[in-house]
Amino acid sequence: MELNELTNASGEWLRGAGPESDIVISSRIRLARNLADFPFLSRATEADRAAIEQILQETISHLIKQEKLDPNTLYIKVGEIDHLDRMFLVERQLISRELADATGARSVVIDPQEKYSVMINEEDHVRLQVMQSGLNLHAAWEQVNRLDDLIEEHLVYAFSDRLGYLTACPTNVGTGIRVSVMLHLPALVITRQIEKVFKSLQKISLAVRGLYGEGSQAMGDFYQISNQITLGLTEEELIAKVADIVPVLIDYERQARDFLIRESHETLHDRVSRAFGILRTAQTISSEETMHLLSSVRMGLNLGLISDLQIPTINKLFVHTQPAHLQKLAGNDLDSAARNIERASYLRKHLDGNKPNGPTQN
Amino acid sequence: MLKCQKCDRQATFHITDLIDGKPKELHLCEDCAQNFLSPSEEDTSDVMPAMAGLLAQHLAVGETADQLARLDQMRCPVCSITFLEFRKQGRLGCPHDYEFFSEELEPLLMNIHDQTNHIGKVPKRCPQGADQQTQLIRLRREMKEAIATENYERASQIRDEIRDIESQNRTAEES
Repeated sequence: MELNELTNASGEWLRGAGPESDIVISSRIRLARNLADFPFLSRATEADRAAIEQILQETISHLIKQEKLDPNTLYIKVGEIDHLDRMFLVERQLISRELADATGARSVVIDPQEKYSVMINEEDHVRLQVMQSGLNLHAAWEQVNRLDDLIEEHLVYAFSDRLGYLTACPTNVGTGIRVSVMLHLPALVITRQIEKVFKSLQKISLAVRGLYGEGSQAMGDFYQISNQITLGLTEEELIAKVADIVPVLIDYERQARDFLIRESHETLHDRVSRAFGILRTAQTISSEETMHLLSSVRMGLNLGLISDLQIPTINKLFVHTQPAHLQKLAGNDLDSAARNIERASYLRKHLDGNKPNGPTQN
Repeated sequence: MLKCQKCDRQATFHITDLIDGKPKELHLCEDCAQNFLSPSEEDTSDVMPAMAGLLAQHLAVGETADQLARLDQMRCPVCSITFLEFRKQGRLGCPHDYEFFSEELEPLLMNIHDQTNHIGKVPKRCPQGADQQTQLIRLRREMKEAIATENYERASQIRDEIRDIESQNRTAEES
């Protein structure tokens, strides 16, 4: 399978299905691992990096041969693809920005359904991540744990009885687990409660990040909740810490939506309809404005204020209108002004009200 | 017209506050709403303080400048990272650092995780003791140095040592 075959697809986490998928976009779990007999990457030589990459590449091909991994699994040397493809993988959440921007030998293994990816030579030698659509942390854990077992059969990880899996940064030591849930919280943003929600989450040592953009300034009202602690609790306990709080957040968001519908129905309906109108008619539009408007439309759709569209279509538009995706879909490099025109055209084509089911192919 | 609950102006912001987990509706004018919502200073800190900051914070307590300077000079014999370098970049150099700097790291781990003992998953194949791990890292480095200085005889000796350790590992796994 080729990297370009991913372009038109949309991957597991954008499927828009699974429990609570009106508010929960995706659940993901990543594990940080290091090979026992190499220094961590900050002290690794280029030869070490190449050797680590080779060991992992051999392990993956071995697992494919044994039919334990899909024969269509992609193995990509990130240093050997161009900048646009690297940004494409970042937008798709298959690699981190750090891996994209790093230098030296580094790779990513990608499941053809985009249910998991394995980053090699990021902050740690190995980072496995599993993505699930909707709120589904237990399935994500089952899968990432299995993947970890499979890979572990072929190599020896740095592990201490007392401290668990040893990682480059002491914030990940122990389980090496990061459990995250991505939520769409537009009503909490409109009613200006989001800051308060953050504060209470920080008190129970959970971290909140905006999906795109920096810090708590989230584009498109997407927020990622994740654990900060990785040591002294079991993986299941750490997952429960996140899993227990998500229904509370869903409930707050639903209450805020109910409140908006009840107290300012016309204002809300107007906001959603205008957003939809602009997205369907604009001739040039920035990425920020698109995210902002798509967020309103997505909420409007979930509240029944708009009907001739489907959630997976909207989810896909959030990602496909990002700069690298647009250029990959257009088939050539575009500067910012040209991207804004291309983005508007792409949105008009995909939000055409005359097609009630919403186009799902290009 | 709905009046602001804190002054007499028109309430344009309708906020649902969570008090003891229960939603409470508030109706405020723009100014009062801003006061109500702007986070106080203590809350503007980063979600996760940078490692360097955390360490500096921790070390500033009960350490004299001399002690700190001495601590910073400590160098891991395996990967040769100094404690100062770790403090600056927030990343350790090799698995052995957790042993070598264990005393210094302990309070830091407590600070981050509130715990210092792992109780989660254990790999089926554990390394044959921490000593052997660090020995392999050291031997690989020595081999590179030997090659760099064209001391091929020494390099091949080291290569044999590495092979010995690796084959011991394999036998141990198979049995």
